[in-house]
Amino acid sequence: MGQTIIEKIISKHAGKPVIKNEIAIVSVDGVMASDTTAPLAIKAFREMGGKKVWDSDKAFLVIDHASPAPNERIANLHSMMRDFANEQGIKLYDVGEGICHQLMVENGHVKPGQLFLGADSHTCTYGALGAFATGVGSTDLAGTMLTGKTWLKVPATIKIIFEGRFPQGTSAKDLILHVVGMVGIEGATYKAVEFTGPALEDLSLSSRMTIANMTIEMGGKAGFVDTTGLELPYSFEDIKPDADAVYEKVITVDVSALQPTVAVPHSPDNVAPIQDVVGTPIHQAFIGSCTNGRLEDLHAAAEILKGKKIHEQVRFIIGPASQEVFNEALSDGTVEILSKAGVKFIPSGCGPCVGTHQGIPGKGENVISATNRNFQGRMGNRDSQIYLGSPATVALSALHGKITDPSTLHKEEILI
Amino acid sequence: MIVKGRTHLYGDNIDTDRIIPGKYTKTLDMSDLANHVLEDLDPEFRTKVKQGDILVAGDNFGCGSSREQAPLALQAAGISAVVAQSFARIFFRNAINIGLPVIEAPDHTIADGDDIEIDFSEGNITNASRQEQYQGTQMPDVMINILAADGLVNFLKENGKYELS
Ligand code: SF4
Repeated sequence: MGQTIIEKIISKHAGKPVIKNEIAIVSVDGVMASDTTAPLAIKAFREMGGKKVWDSDKAFLVIDHASPAPNERIANLHSMMRDFANEQGIKLYDVGEGICHQLMVENGHVKPGQLFLGADSHTCTYGALGAFATGVGSTDLAGTMLTGKTWLKVPATIKIIFEGRFPQGTSAKDLILHVVGMVGIEGATYKAVEFTGPALEDLSLSSRMTIANMTIEMGGKAGFVDTTGLELPYSFEDIKPDADAVYEKVITVDVSALQPTVAVPHSPDNVAPIQDVVGTPIHQAFIGSCTNGRLEDLHAAAEILKGKKIHEQVRFIIGPASQEVFNEALSDGTVEILSKAGVKFIPSGCGPCVGTHQGIPGKGENVISATNRNFQGRMGNRDSQIYLGSPATVALSALHGKITDPSTLHKEEILI
Repeated sequence: MIVKGRTHLYGDNIDTDRIIPGKYTKTLDMSDLANHVLEDLDPEFRTKVKQGDILVAGDNFGCGSSREQAPLALQAAGISAVVAQSFARIFFRNAINIGLPVIEAPDHTIADGDDIEIDFSEGNITNASRQEQYQGTQMPDVMINILAADGLVNFLKENGKYELS
């Protein structure tokens, strides 16, 4: 029987051929934990009797979720991570260096064909470069730090084929929101999702990351973006599925019919075409996160805001996905355009995405955000409403103080 | 292993942000977690829950983040087991890893306040309040063994490596 890509990657790491639903012990190429999950993982590692991480070049810690530390308790947890990294000789990315997933990809800690575990659910993002990467909890991560291995059940794969071309005003974010709405918040639970088709071939690595990132919003174990057309600074093997590979389901999506799409409160699969919510007043706008905090996302906002001022009722916050992204945006003039338009930059990190500190919305307020989750209370206040959209939708809505459709951008501009 | 208790019933798609909001997860003190468990979903839960109670839910319980603080918060608040029609993958795995017994029972019709008994070895649930029985989904051996060791920490401490059966 033929194998899917996911089955091929897992087979390589299990040292024997496996197919869906089999349970296997696999070797792991790398692990990562953030300041939400590392302290518990370190504690569990020690309780397991752990003295030395299995391979100090393959474990990474990142301080990004509550960074810089907002209080004493969290500052102490950060110190615990630094001490552990020093003791073990492992790489730690400190305050403001970036969001864990961005850093793993940007710095080449994960590569195509590898098997990577992160103690964060959006670890599925690395499927963008053809890796099998999945999120685990702290204790599982500790188990891998100890043994270099984990156990897993080989997932069945849902294949989604994207035909056609992206219409004006739409982006990878609109596409993945549309797919999450179609598949549903648990539609891919325990499954892997393989994204493929001609519409993806011209996409940048950043856009591919936006797509793979939200696989977990369908419950998926891993997302995998076909590497055709992917450009990386090193050579890699294109892994293709066998012609007779068995899929759980094959879905075809015509991208030409895509419209700007938003997720409305309180679930990422609660999606609607933007026309349904156009005119909703906005109090806070946010571009950032592992979904949409990269240079092309900042460019999309700058294109809309160049020479303009955001609406006076709106607080517009941007948290670049990494300091590297910020530095590039600084050198090419993007930061200046956005800052002059009234955007407030915060240090690279998770920021408002996770509601720990920085940018918590007030009671009754509406937020338009380029992040991946709009669960009730996600941004730190259960009495606020979060709408998810593309960076263009966020920037244009911030400009007008209400949700605005970027596909009508040119018409709108004439009216202003 | 048998767990008996009174139930608290919630609905479908209870995400980890509602089990324990992100702003409370940065701690190693389990009582911090217990104090805020489920507070955005049911502000009364904390005062209602008693040691040994069982949480019951519909589909896709624990979706969202990989935070292990979600099952830890339930455990610290006194919850002795979780029954759901289905679970999100990472939550299910985390719960077993920390030694919180969980069972998937797709056809359960348990109501709030029922007295139930879960037999984890047989994989079934008896509802004493309604004289009903529900069959649970079989867990793989690797998970049964981790649960039997009271979690992955003890399992690896004793075995030093993963074993499939
Ligand atoms: S940016 Fe948001 S979704 Fe991404 S890792 Fe940080 S908290 Fe999680």
